Amino acid sequence: MPRPHYVAAIDQGTTSSRCIVFDQAGNIISVVQREHRQIFPKPGWVEHDADEIWQAVQGVLAEATNGLDVAALGITNQRETTVLWDRATGRPVCPAVVWQDTRTAPLTHALAEHEGLFKEKAGLPLATYFSGPKIRWLLDEHPGLRERAERGEVLFGTMDSWLLWNLTGRHVTDVTNASRTMLMNIHTLAWDDELLAALGVPRAMLPEIRPSAEVYGHTAQGVAVASALGDQQAALFGQTCFAPGETKSTYGSGSFLLMNTGHEPVVSKHGLLTTVGYQIGDTPATYALEGAIAVTGSLVQWLRDNLGLISSAAEIETLAKTVDDNGGCYFVPAFSGLFAPHWRSDARGVIAGLTGFVNKGHIARAVLEATAWQTREVVDAMNADSGLDLTTLRADGGMTANNLLMQTLADVLAVPVIRPMVSETTALGAAYAAGLATGYWPDIESLRANWHKAAEWRPRIDETVREREHRSWKKAVARTLDWVEQ
Amino acid sequence: MGETIQSVERAAAILRLLASGPRQLGVAELARALGLPKGTLHGILRTLVRVGFVEQDQATGKYRLGATLLHLGSSYLDVNELRTRAINWADALAGRSRESAWIGTLHEGHVLVIHHVFRPDDSMQTLQVGTYLPTHASALGKVLLAWDPYGEAVATPLQPHTKKTIVDPGQLETELELVRTRGWAAEMEELTEGEVAIAAPIKDSRGIVVGAIGIRGAVERLAPEGHLHMEFVSYVRDAARAITRDLAR
Repeated sequence: MPRPHYVAAIDQGTTSSRCIVFDQAGNIISVVQREHRQIFPKPGWVEHDADEIWQAVQGVLAEATNGLDVAALGITNQRETTVLWDRATGRPVCPAVVWQDTRTAPLTHALAEHEGLFKEKAGLPLATYFSGPKIRWLLDEHPGLRERAERGEVLFGTMDSWLLWNLTGRHVTDVTNASRTMLMNIHTLAWDDELLAALGVPRAMLPEIRPSAEVYGHTAQGVAVASALGDQQAALFGQTCFAPGETKSTYGSGSFLLMNTGHEPVVSKHGLLTTVGYQIGDTPATYALEGAIAVTGSLVQWLRDNLGLISSAAEIETLAKTVDDNGGCYFVPAFSGLFAPHWRSDARGVIAGLTGFVNKGHIARAVLEATAWQTREVVDAMNADSGLDLTTLRADGGMTANNLLMQTLADVLAVPVIRPMVSETTALGAAYAAGLATGYWPDIESLRANWHKAAEWRPRIDETVREREHRSWKKAVARTLDWVEQ
Repeated sequence: MGETIQSVERAAAILRLLASGPRQLGVAELARALGLPKGTLHGILRTLVRVGFVEQDQATGKYRLGATLLHLGSSYLDVNELRTRAINWADALAGRSRESAWIGTLHEGHVLVIHHVFRPDDSMQTLQVGTYLPTHASALGKVLLAWDPYGEAVATPLQPHTKKTIVDPGQLETELELVRTRGWAAEMEELTEGEVAIAAPIKDSRGIVVGAIGIRGAVERLAPEGHLHMEFVSYVRDAARAITRDLAR
């Protein structure tokens, strides 16, 4: 029998599900995408229909792999979104609660006494994103659900787990997704009784925790389902950040930086999350520090939609290039507070340093610089926590098309910024992991050989300018604080 | 209300009429519609043709709006928008050809490099975005000249960059005619010795060429024995067509 030629990855995202097929060199062979509904029953609530998502995934998988000889299938997914389903019927018992949903805010406040426990054992701050409080909320609000969960009749899973259940019939999750539940001990990589007790989640409903890359089972068509990774972890893997200190940043509406910290979890003293990066088969898990920036690309959209200064996101570069510098103006987009590394919910956005000289070009510069300085803050926190020094930043996502932003990033970080050739790093990461588990790729070195620079930006400003600008940025950040009276 | 200039008002009325439908209009039709003598119209039309706002069909002698006019206003395609729309296709072109990929636009008589993807061999390379190439000595430039809607003349004398650079304006015109006929341009060691490049036009939704995409590499790889491998030409043309399709959406 001829050797199968391709590896497929399902990228189950927040707004759509995609299937991308790659060849051995990591080139994209086919892409199929299908969107699903965003359900907003109340302010702050965001739900998905898990059945609809499964239908969409089946559709894109069939279409993208049609006629292709596929060796393995990998999964990457929106993280933390919580699905509960009936073990007997396999149907969801309630709508899936999406990571953005803030209904658990009062619950997380009530859990404040356990904050140290969550930080120490789960590596996570108390925030509405994570799955544990979402499960607790659903069990509290739906009469009879807790009893059924305790008997193991109702099962929990994140999206990876839901798809693996449907594809292979097994109730399993991968260790990166499990690290986003607040229920897993990041040191032992097992469900933790103390965490379970603090959140009131019965163990009987939880999936078995497995490595990110191993053959979990086979699809009805006989394809090995061989990887699962949370989306940001998959991007880290797709960027081949296999060595401690290697860091990727994905620039979308918001941005996510992940730094590989090796085989020991680093508990952050600077407001970052500790998370599992990946675990390949029986090898030890690799950990990562994660810093999320809430507003980056969405600030450019804000300039377009709310101020009308540009008619497309790409035009910000044209507008910014009408001037040589920021004209003394700084924009801190703390639209819903400051996140990592500050964690100040009382902060609100400011444009600082305004004079009669400042025009829209300067503001466009300040908008791009805001993304660069926010990245710098997270990188500084990562360097301090890990004791490692960032030597290059691997950037991906839509904003990497903005040349001025990439140059500004290199200037502000004082390290080269690199854009890789394949921009679909998330799906590629899941494909790589599945290909490793099935022998399609022999080892991690063969994946490194697939990674190529598409572009590189080197720092161009000198240290005195960088320091002066950094001081001004910090002053602008200080002016956002204490705005909301609590 | 202050004084107005009658001939400008008449020119505006002609443009409005030409913009009112898909049909080309002759002098007689315009004269009837505007209630003006043909002689008056001829002078205004001649001026509008010269500035590029109006074009005359060679075969019928009738008039239509010119490409220059179409470039005015909101229809202008931002170069950063072009890069954003083209970035995935340029990556794929570099990946398939194993050579560096380039996108350029015309800027004050030169080719402005607006996008550059490194050759995927992890050798030391420097990002060339923002640099300029000569139009007459580069494949990107020849494509942009061949379909320049403004029809600007190339500044002479044509500077030689290598022994193979085209420096004779007549020979360049013949070369551009070949580019238009084939739909792509070649640069055979005309800019740098030992380097060969291929380029094809990127068109917007109105069919106007807004940029050129191509690859550049060593003559031994792209054109052994002096002949371009047509495989590379098809990669470049595929990428150009894919971006053109994307811009039409």
